[in-house]
Amino acid sequence: MIGENVAAADRTRLMDMIIAAQSRLGYLSDETLSAIASEVGIAYVDVVDTASFYAFFSRAPQGRCQIRFSKTPVSLVKGAADVVRAFEKALATPLGTTSPDGITLNWTSDIGMADQEPACLINGTVFANLEPADAAGIVDEVRTMIANDALPGFPGYGNAAAFSSAKAGCASNVVLAGEVLFAPMTPGSGLRAALAMTPEEVIDEVRRSGLRGRGGAGFPTGMKWGLTRRANGEARYIICNADEGEPGTFKDRVLLVEAPGLVFEGLTIAGYALGAKIGLIYLRAEYAYLFGDLQRVLGERRRLGLLGERTGGREGFDFDIRIQLGAGAYICGEESALIESLEGKRGAPRDRPPYPTDRGYLGQPTSVNNVETLACVPRIIERGANWFSKIGTAESKGTKLMCLSGDCAKPGVYEVPFGITLNELLDLAGGADAEAVQVSGAAGECVAPKDFGRSLCYEDLSTAGSTMVFGPERDVLEIVLQFAEFFADESCGWCVPCRIGTVLLKENLEKTRHGLASREDLARLERLAGTVRKMSRCGLGQTAPNPILSTLRNFPHIYESKLIGGDDVRIDLQAALRDARALRTVSALKQDGA
Amino acid sequence: MSKPKLATCSLAGCFGCHMSLLDIDERILELVELFDLDRSPLDDKKAFDSPVEVGFVEGGCANEHNVRVLHDFRKHCKVLIAVGACAINGGVPALRNPIGLRECLETTYAGGTPDADHFVPYDADLPLLLDRVYPAHEVVRIDYFLPGCPPSADAIWEGLKELLAGRTPGLPYQLLKYD
Repeated sequence: MIGENVAAADRTRLMDMIIAAQSRLGYLSDETLSAIASEVGIAYVDVVDTASFYAFFSRAPQGRCQIRFSKTPVSLVKGAADVVRAFEKALATPLGTTSPDGITLNWTSDIGMADQEPACLINGTVFANLEPADAAGIVDEVRTMIANDALPGFPGYGNAAAFSSAKAGCASNVVLAGEVLFAPMTPGSGLRAALAMTPEEVIDEVRRSGLRGRGGAGFPTGMKWGLTRRANGEARYIICNADEGEPGTFKDRVLLVEAPGLVFEGLTIAGYALGAKIGLIYLRAEYAYLFGDLQRVLGERRRLGLLGERTGGREGFDFDIRIQLGAGAYICGEESALIESLEGKRGAPRDRPPYPTDRGYLGQPTSVNNVETLACVPRIIERGANWFSKIGTAESKGTKLMCLSGDCAKPGVYEVPFGITLNELLDLAGGADAEAVQVSGAAGECVAPKDFGRSLCYEDLSTAGSTMVFGPERDVLEIVLQFAEFFADESCGWCVPCRIGTVLLKENLEKTRHGLASREDLARLERLAGTVRKMSRCGLGQTAPNPILSTLRNFPHIYESKLIGGDDVRIDLQAALRDARALRTVSALKQDGA
Repeated sequence: MSKPKLATCSLAGCFGCHMSLLDIDERILELVELFDLDRSPLDDKKAFDSPVEVGFVEGGCANEHNVRVLHDFRKHCKVLIAVGACAINGGVPALRNPIGLRECLETTYAGGTPDADHFVPYDADLPLLLDRVYPAHEVVRIDYFLPGCPPSADAIWEGLKELLAGRTPGLPYQLLKYD
């Protein structure tokens, strides 16, 4: 059960307590939150502060069954809207509402299933490759489970095996396995090699390998570890960022399914190198269905002596790993917001500096590393920095997991050396007729065919892996609008340029898409995008205008073709008259009848 | 050389801004020296026959006819100035916006529930209402905004004079201070 083994009065476990309450009671009443507050010994408003922040928490009663459909440019391209309509019909309840038998339908942001869209989460269980025809069967089964009280709570770990539907659960779709991450591994081999070195030597080896952060920013991992180890503190922490929320990314999900041991081992080696006693994995709520299997792997590693007291047989190295579940917030992928969330607070980014390497989790030196980064570490230690640094380009060493989705024949994960061109990747995936590729997710860049010769690496087209392919029949503005909506939804609301700016960007794009924008509107859009990029407090706002700015640069003709003349009417007159026409028809009939 | 032309219209407004324009008192003689009045309710001229220099727009757009008139003004006027609260924000007519057109009309004419005897009146000659009242700049490009409810005669006078001289009006604070 969620929330088991939560030490009472531990403020840092507030997320677990709220998740448990939400899961058991279905919503978070004032009484529930004030009971939690008095148990933990913090102010009621502090609990509300956290509880009101996350998408998976609800302050009002909701259906005990939550069906959440992933809404992304890729899911919409794959027909998510039709699937939602089929569910609405099967339940006779519109999206955003709850059926009488307690089933709530909603959109949600990307759930890390871009290669198997349309997808949805039903109380934590993932359903993939949905078609409208699946709706009736799934709804029947959910109803039966509700009647038998057999449905897991929300949020919960989910259980694909509990459903007979063939659409329950997800595939890994590793299309191309490379020599680093998906090569066979023996548990403990990397750790044993690390323990034969001093912590400083481990850090030096990682530094010499040229390993850089795989989450997108590309910070040199060895340098981050060195800074963390050298910083003054009473304890040091290593955190694995598994809050993979960037639309179109799913590599961390696949790594955690296919090679969890490698990730845990990387985390353990990092713990040894930094002098940390605990490693924390922040797992996004959308991936809660991985929780059970990951715990089993952790248990197995404890039995093998690869975790716990005398880790790896090393006297004085007592390292263990805890998995913290999130509750639905894209911003928690930003490392300082993630740390806040780990401490049981709302996921608002911190001002930097100080950087987490100086003052991170609980104010102590902390290194936050991506799942994929940590998975590279055991290989580097086992096979040597020289071996690793021979793969890739001058500034980008090793392999990279690319997540292909959208209009390509073979969506899935590709492990390729850094430096591969977009063209080569598209050929591998069967997406040669692409007209636009969104590289590195919503925060990334929309690339036109003229730039498909560019290399995917930190020194050219930097990417965290998300590669959404769009064919000639897709509307680029519709895709950009989806991203704009995503950022408006996911802005934490702390700073004005992001909170207001993302909404204004969205509205301006809508106007443009409907062919109602003038040249001045376009100039205003570009100016506003610049303001949001420069003035926002954290990476979310700073990157939110990227899809707009890159499409303005790479697809100017699409915007141009939508512009209205300077003297034209700027509202959709026919749409504005629709209500009046409907009323007039009714009145005309009555008047004539009377 | 012929005088520059001024056109005016009152869309979804109360004619208060036109009244304020007339409030310039004896300066109206000077105005006649400066401008020829083209399409305007003041001279009851209903259509443009040539381009004009300045268009004075009172009121927002509440119905289809307002939109067509405003569009016609945009096409014929070199410079359009939105005058007063209704043109700039929708003003009093826009109070219906949060309610919605159907509810607004059905409540007014049919007590909320239309039946055989109570319904929203209809006549082919009545312009169709828009779903909400739009400020002028949402409907067409507007060059200048003169706020006030109504703007004072002095503000209107100063603004028109500057525009006529081909300058960007920069009205002193006193002319735009309302509290």
